[in-house]
Amino acid sequence: MIRFDHVNKRYPGRLEALTDVSLDLPQGEMAFLTGHSGAGKSTLLKLIALIERVTRGTLLVHNVNLGTLPTRRVPWLRRQMGIVFQNHHLLYDRTVFDNVALPLVIAGYRSGELRRRTRAALDKVGLLDKERQMPITLSGGEQQRVGIARAVVHRPPLLLADEPTGNLDPALSREIMELFVQFNRVGVTVLVATHDIALTEAFGLPVLSLAGGRLARDDFAGGPVGAPA
Amino acid sequence: MARRPERGARGREQPPRRPRRRGGGGRAGARLLAWLQEHPRAALGSLGRMWRNPAASLLTVAVIAVALALPGALWMLLKNAERATGGWDTGARVSVYLEPGLDPARAATIGDRIAARDDVTVVERISAEQALEEFRALAGFDEALEALERNPLPAVVVVEPAGVGGRSPAALGRLTGELEAIEGVDRAQLDLEWVERLYALLGLIERGVTVIALLLAAGVLLIIGNTIRLDILNRREEIEVTKLIGASDAFIRRPFLYTGLWYGLLGAALAWLLLAAGRALLAGPAARLAAAYGSGFRLHGLAADESGLLILAGAGLGLVGSWLAVGRHLRAIEPG
Repeated sequence: MIRFDHVNKRYPGRLEALTDVSLDLPQGEMAFLTGHSGAGKSTLLKLIALIERVTRGTLLVHNVNLGTLPTRRVPWLRRQMGIVFQNHHLLYDRTVFDNVALPLVIAGYRSGELRRRTRAALDKVGLLDKERQMPITLSGGEQQRVGIARAVVHRPPLLLADEPTGNLDPALSREIMELFVQFNRVGVTVLVATHDIALTEAFGLPVLSLAGGRLARDDFAGGPVGAPA
Repeated sequence: MARRPERGARGREQPPRRPRRRGGGGRAGARLLAWLQEHPRAALGSLGRMWRNPAASLLTVAVIAVALALPGALWMLLKNAERATGGWDTGARVSVYLEPGLDPARAATIGDRIAARDDVTVVERISAEQALEEFRALAGFDEALEALERNPLPAVVVVEPAGVGGRSPAALGRLTGELEAIEGVDRAQLDLEWVERLYALLGLIERGVTVIALLLAAGVLLIIGNTIRLDILNRREEIEVTKLIGASDAFIRRPFLYTGLWYGLLGAALAWLLLAAGRALLAGPAARLAAAYGSGFRLHGLAADESGLLILAGAGLGLVGSWLAVGRHLRAIEPG
């Protein structure tokens, strides 16, 4: 599903954010992406979502080479994935329902189907009774669940989450992670970036770990990486 | 990997993995359907957004309306002026003065010769005697005229050019030349110069209105462009988020273009109302003035085609103004 092949990413005027990263996240798997802040987790997710472009190496998502994908095809690629952000990125001038429905509006769904799917997604995250509220009236955990509903409403085969539990207490964090696990169980490939080691250990899922821009651990390739060649 | 059992078995609702989009139909059909549904949605959405912010929207619309109404009013004024003076050029006349002191029989012959020409129709023939009578009656110069030995006034033949072709300034100039060349004719004078001046003046004003209209059109473009620019900046975060969710540029552009279109349309409609109200206010006084001059002139408003042009101009300017703003500012906003 996601394959990094000797990927480097350098921001203009800065050190390399990612150095020689090679990894393979198979379809239908769920993994945690861990590392200290500044280790390159966000950069790695941004490369997958085409918010940033690879400097060197190849990155395949859905067998599409992101290095050669023309800019006008970027929206299409982004519609193949759902993204959950740490700070939710909700639109605060519209209702919870309208926030969650947005990906379907973009994809051009008809209103009947749109309503059905949106309510199904809200039901899934347990917020169906709040569909008419404005996001600002919800708690942090609820807002994050709205963000998750929006990320999955168009049933993407790939779900990315960047520190989705960053601002939540442990119990809420657990709840959110369990939601991701549920999506994974029905076939969605999930990659969750987090610095919460306790949480990743509690779930016992494969871990990809970055340290200083390099891959330090890859459970899909048998654990620790970097015994220098 | 051990996965703990999850509460609730709602997972089943979740999908087979390929997202299925819209029912059957060809790709083109589906596209058309999406287009048919997205455009009204974007159009109404933009209108709703303006509606929720009535003070600012109204202000923008009012500014656009004034900017459109000003050249509209000048245009209306000009058209009415042209209409009021419209009958005047048909009165292009040439006064042919015969040589003074010509004996009446000779004068009559010359008059007949002029009347025999194809390119003129004689309107009036004034003999030297008649002229003297008129002058006497009018000016009270009895005694002074009595003192003169002979009639100083010439006989006059007033002619109009016949046919339409004879009315151009060049043709009229040629005609006066020919008339002057007739023996016994002293001078042929075109009574049209002041009409020409008036038309030159109207032409100048028309050009002025065009220039003002262009300037104000540019003003409307800037107003709408700037309004849309501010709108884009205000909604920067929303644009970033929608881009991240996979919205195409067209999808993001659409509501802004519709906003510009609405501003232009509503501004033009309000401008039309302003013009109609202005005409209604001036119609009474104008009619009285015309009546005082013994004319049946009525103040005309914008004709249907002119109204249509106004609305179209508003819509066009709105669309172009927002297009310029969107082209410049939307590209600059990328998530990151």
